[in-house]
Amino acid sequence: VHEYSIVQSLLERVRHEVNARNGGRVHRLWVRIGELSGVEVDLLHTAFEMCRASTVCAHAALEVSRQDARWECPRCGANIAPGERLACEACGSPARLVQGDEIMLDRIEMEVR
Amino acid sequence: MMCQTCGCGDAEIVAVDVHERILAANDAQARHNREHFAGHGVVAVNVMGGPGSGKTALLEATARALGSRRMGALAGDLATDRDAGRLETAGIPALAITTGNACHLDAQMVHRALHHFPWSNLDFLFIENVGNLVCPAVYDLGQAANVVVLSVTEGEDKPLKYPVMFRTAELVVLTKTDLLPHLTNVDLHALEDALTRVMPVPALLQVSAVTGEGLDRWLDWLECLQRRMPVSLRARRAGDD
Repeated sequence: VHEYSIVQSLLERVRHEVNARNGGRVHRLWVRIGELSGVEVDLLHTAFEMCRASTVCAHAALEVSRQDARWECPRCGANIAPGERLACEACGSPARLVQGDEIMLDRIEMEVR
Repeated sequence: MMCQTCGCGDAEIVAVDVHERILAANDAQARHNREHFAGHGVVAVNVMGGPGSGKTALLEATARALGSRRMGALAGDLATDRDAGRLETAGIPALAITTGNACHLDAQMVHRALHHFPWSNLDFLFIENVGNLVCPAVYDLGQAANVVVLSVTEGEDKPLKYPVMFRTAELVVLTKTDLLPHLTNVDLHALEDALTRVMPVPALLQVSAVTGEGLDRWLDWLECLQRRMPVSLRARRAGDD
């Protein structure tokens, strides 16, 4: 369960942004997690609940959006469905993951005085 | 409204767009490690796999086979330095990275270990990750390549169950192949098919650390990886010798 260390990195990053803006309380965080990122969203929520006390995020809501995995052919752009062989049916090129490995912090809503 | 005298009063709520990887700090440390390795012409290989898949045994056999080539290993383990001890016994410098509760190595742990380990003269630095088919895949360490070790008894559907791990792999080494004659229901075609669905460029080598079968192909693969290094660095390394 590396979700705890992901949350530690998240809290550290948020603290940095808050300090840089002389901000106060954080109200909300927007995070994006890809299907092939290796991060479990439920575990991320649990880890966040356990780690956020006495941080700037103590009262923050965590909004997580999930991003589906999408593979395509880098040459002809053909879509390759999940679960299929990861090579283009038409030209044989190895597929490229165009989305789905995100572990992203998108946005922070914070108080600024 | 904010009080003009001391700044007390209602705070303004602002939204700050970040759009950055949460592990950006690890990524930066990994880039730093990668520059270190490249600067010294060291090929770093991140060896991942489940507990008991045969990671250490593969490296022991590699140590015996590489002979005069200079290799060393960092061995990540939750609680002991047994793996590092085994590798030292096999004749190579090795250092344990004891992670405590962490189920994976990160770039910072590797960097700290490099300060206590004579790595810069090596041809190959193997970083044996914590036995785990999930978490290690998430952290870049600065390696030249990821190798996943899978043993014949783990089940041919493992790649489909752990797609994140296998997607990051440049090579899968199937170990303990000397057991295959006793395992009538292991279907290697099913394993190969599963790999094509999780790896864009599937690559599988079969190795037995016990009989040594397949080791030559593994050593060839390592040689190819080394040849991928920029020519200027290889020339420098040759000069070192």
